[in-house]
Amino acid sequence: MLYMSIIVLIPLAAVAVKAFSQSPSEFWHSITNKTSVTALVVTIGSSLVVAAIGAVMGTVVAWVLVRDEFPGKRFISSLIDLPFALPTIVAGLTLIALYGPDSPFGLHLVYTRGAVLLALLFVTLPFVVRAVQPVLVELDREVEEAAASLGASNAVTFRRIVLPALRPAILSGTALAFARAVGEFGSLILIAGKVQIASIVIFADIESDAPGAAASLSVVLLVISLLVLFGLRRWGARVAH
Amino acid sequence: MRISRRATLSLRTIAIFYLTLLLLLPIGVVLIRTFEHGFGVAWNWMTTPAAVSALWLSLLIALIAVPLNTVFGILASMVLVRSKTRGRAVLDALIDLPFVVSPVIVGLALILVYGKDGWFGNWLIEHGITLIYNPAGMVVATVFVSLPFVVREVAPVLMEVGDEQEQAASTLGASSWQAFRRITLPSIRWGVAYGVVLTTARALGEIGAVAVVSSNVAGSTLTLPLLVQQRDADLGAGSITGAYAAATELAVISLVVLLAMTLLGPRRHEAR
Repeated sequence: MLYMSIIVLIPLAAVAVKAFSQSPSEFWHSITNKTSVTALVVTIGSSLVVAAIGAVMGTVVAWVLVRDEFPGKRFISSLIDLPFALPTIVAGLTLIALYGPDSPFGLHLVYTRGAVLLALLFVTLPFVVRAVQPVLVELDREVEEAAASLGASNAVTFRRIVLPALRPAILSGTALAFARAVGEFGSLILIAGKVQIASIVIFADIESDAPGAAASLSVVLLVISLLVLFGLRRWGARVAH
Repeated sequence: MRISRRATLSLRTIAIFYLTLLLLLPIGVVLIRTFEHGFGVAWNWMTTPAAVSALWLSLLIALIAVPLNTVFGILASMVLVRSKTRGRAVLDALIDLPFVVSPVIVGLALILVYGKDGWFGNWLIEHGITLIYNPAGMVVATVFVSLPFVVREVAPVLMEVGDEQEQAASTLGASSWQAFRRITLPSIRWGVAYGVVLTTARALGEIGAVAVVSSNVAGSTLTLPLLVQQRDADLGAGSITGAYAAATELAVISLVVLLAMTLLGPRRHEAR
């Protein structure tokens, strides 16, 4: 508990104290000036898009990895963890190699929102896949067969039988992916360019010795993370009982 | 569900295509870019004094942060699973914080507490300890961001194992240390190992939190990820090759990590 306090809790408290030790109008200005608002809108917007794409594609990937058999499946399956193993700065650099000034495809996405979305999709890929996979393995196929023998089409079986069973896993994976995307820094620093990203704006504020402004924006992000974290826990507790 | 061959094939194609585009292609391109001017050039970039010192600093930071978080992780999961104190629920809720807090905020938080004019900063500096803009502060930042991994791997295994064998051991006269060392530790070892691998990966790859508390001086406070960033920003001739070379070093490390994850993964929830 002491270790947690020294390393995690006291520092985070210091951020909140710093933010609120300014006058209310200063705090309000720090989070409502044009840069901050743009950064928050872009960050939260991209994170929502990434979470939505990740939810669908993550479920498809998990489905293929569990229900399909093909040569090379084990290799593909171990690849899923790559974004957790690979340093995020390398992920950013790969995007420069692919979509930067000397792009082999002639695609110049770097320094645009497209590149930001790609980077976020990369770093958040494992969350939904790794949440859905174990649930899908455990899922009782007999219920699906019963539905099919009673005349349900595949679409109906998926919607009424499979999806409800997977929903908690998909949602918690998506929420974690969203939280990660909101705070992401490493994979974006090289490729964001002029796209305003909250974590990069905070970093710039710290570098230009404006800790008050940095702390104010941080508090907004902290509130979002805490909402996701505690929302998940409360909801998880309800599902478990 | 019985799915037609065509649907199966198209789902498989979509999944593999998506993963290739998102994962495989980028890694391949970094390797090509690293070695496009020949192996010698890439090797020179990897062996400059700055690169060697960055590699050592990265390894050193991981070497301090990982054991600290491993010991903490095992202790914390014992508390979470075995004890029934009130603090348990609070600890359980707070332990995931480092997963959801932006690493940049972690850096800012450490500056505000341990930096100059920070809450404890001046006291520490008077006693000769300068954390911020020093490797020591980078260790603290790394410990922060990689804190939850061991706990989150070990706690479920500990839950699974139950405490009957520990109780049996103590009935037979074992001290609690003996019971822990002879009974508990062997049964959670795969979970611990997997947690250590995840912690190491995060410790070596972290940039956000470390960037804020580093003075970014080549040869003393640059880690390998920071070196990649610096070389990418450097407009000097060929320095982008240097960035790719450092990235390849990191990629090789992470492939080893990935291999360890693949080998340990299936066993991690195994008790014994």
